[in-house]
Amino acid sequence: MKRLAFSQKVSKWDVKLSPYLYISPFFLLFAITGLFPLLYTAWVSLHSWNLIGGQGDFTALENYEFVLAQPFFWNAVGNTFSIFLLSSVPQVVLAIAIAAVLDANLRARTFWRMGVLVPFVVAPVAVGLIFNNLFADQAGLFNELLTGIGLDPVRWHSDSLASHAAIATMVNFRWTGYNALIFLAAMQAIPRDVYEAATIDGAGRLRQFFSVTVPMLRPTIIFVVITATIGGLQIFDEARVFDQAGLGGADRQWQTLTMYIWELGWGQRNFGRASAVAWLLFLIIVVIAMANFLITRRIANQGGRR
Amino acid sequence: MSSIPMIEQTAGKGAARAAQRGLGARRRGAPGGTMRRPGFLTYGFLGAVILGSVFPLWWSFLVGSHDSSVISKGVPMIPGGNFLANAASVLDSIPFWKALSNSIIVSTVTAASVVLFSTLAGFAFAKLRFRGSKGLLVFVIATMAVPTQLGVVPLFIVMAKLGWTGSLWAVIVPGIVTAFGVFWMTQYLRDALPDELIEAVRIDGASMIQAFWYVGLPAARPAAAMLALFTFVATWTNFFWPFIVLDPSNPTLPVALQLLQAAHFVDYSIVLAGAVLSTIPLLLLFAVAGRQLVSGIMQGAVKG
Repeated sequence: MKRLAFSQKVSKWDVKLSPYLYISPFFLLFAITGLFPLLYTAWVSLHSWNLIGGQGDFTALENYEFVLAQPFFWNAVGNTFSIFLLSSVPQVVLAIAIAAVLDANLRARTFWRMGVLVPFVVAPVAVGLIFNNLFADQAGLFNELLTGIGLDPVRWHSDSLASHAAIATMVNFRWTGYNALIFLAAMQAIPRDVYEAATIDGAGRLRQFFSVTVPMLRPTIIFVVITATIGGLQIFDEARVFDQAGLGGADRQWQTLTMYIWELGWGQRNFGRASAVAWLLFLIIVVIAMANFLITRRIANQGGRR
Repeated sequence: MSSIPMIEQTAGKGAARAAQRGLGARRRGAPGGTMRRPGFLTYGFLGAVILGSVFPLWWSFLVGSHDSSVISKGVPMIPGGNFLANAASVLDSIPFWKALSNSIIVSTVTAASVVLFSTLAGFAFAKLRFRGSKGLLVFVIATMAVPTQLGVVPLFIVMAKLGWTGSLWAVIVPGIVTAFGVFWMTQYLRDALPDELIEAVRIDGASMIQAFWYVGLPAARPAAAMLALFTFVATWTNFFWPFIVLDPSNPTLPVALQLLQAAHFVDYSIVLAGAVLSTIPLLLLFAVAGRQLVSGIMQGAVKG
């Protein structure tokens, strides 16, 4: 009798506590490696803090004042946005186009779908090294092609905008196919009767694409754009290997904010300043993600109303 | 930060509804309802896209299979016979085998632990009733939008305090469970595991953890395999954090690869031979499991 009561008690606690136990690894890990570092970054940013020497004096907002007065900081902000825009906008447009084509009644469907995904398994560092060679200023393949058709070669590694385009190309190379498959899945979830109704209303295929498919993709477009924003504003790998030194060029033509954080923190060993930049970048990402959400929703809404 | 739950609410429900309708009337064929096969323009466009996604790898092999004196006069469009010699130079200049085994260890351990802990949490969120479960799940989803990469400075300070800098632990531990994994397994188990099954084994006297082990885990297998694949690829290709915390003498593959170009004299035939060598393992994985990757992305899109 006593034993039964005991095992009942155990079983009751088992039911009550198990769920919390099972979800605890995630919350513990997030607290230690996600939340704590983010908050502690703010703390570090308010101190003079050296990579080797560790914590120094409390300096209030001095690190922020210093960083905000640096031309390299604003340069990195501009570069990050430029690369981000050059990679996200063409990527989403191209991915939707590829998805629309993959959505056709293709032969060897799986082959085409796998084909667009190949770049996904190439590490960004490898992508960077390969494209660095393709974009070489002297005798690189792309410049050879340009001169071949009678154009001037582009100075990919010294002209700022050209270097952004080159780095954006690497990002697009790796992610366009991946996003195309996301859009493809969303397209296939659009019920067929919507298209039938549009056909009856006399809409041609192009009209159907813009008036039915694109508006129905709205949630997916928002999802992809937000993911691209969070990733794109932290871009590091491809830009890091775009030249030997890895600091973003002689005049920091393609130094991104994450690279700037690395240069301050591990190049100059100034953790305080690196943390200040990390927090500023965090704020930028939050603001942009919100703005993105509102803008994309409005655009998609207008498309739906037409 | 609060944007993701909003998306989840719009995207999740909308997509879920659409998916259900899609299941009811499985649509095949082109939009517009025609069953006709597409013309050569479609295949031409797709062919160009695939050429674009494979060409850089082919180029890398081309350059990597010639000697630098040939390259300097322009890269020939047929592979040369120098690949093995270049590969040997790669092995001489970076700790390639060390990096390869490190990458295998880090990616395998991370994938296994992400699957275990995410399935455990997913099982709880999807099938067990407990106070606060809804709020906690929303919190998990919200954390996906937090750019944790920006916490590198304190993370590095913590790792230095623990004495883990330079060791693989520093790379493995921060990745042992992910918000995406928890969300993914929750979504899957909600539909794939009938409540009656858990009740049945519970009545038979199984404890919670036994119910998880004998009923939850087997039911989760297809989604768990995909989660393992994606985690493996993501960990394998990861660069920023390993680059910061690991030493050049004990690197993962991307960290080692980057060293090839950091040398004083850059020989592109060797650098790109290295790029090919480091990509081969994942290409092999892709040949075996590419189909699963494709359907994983597509399922994730409809569910997420």
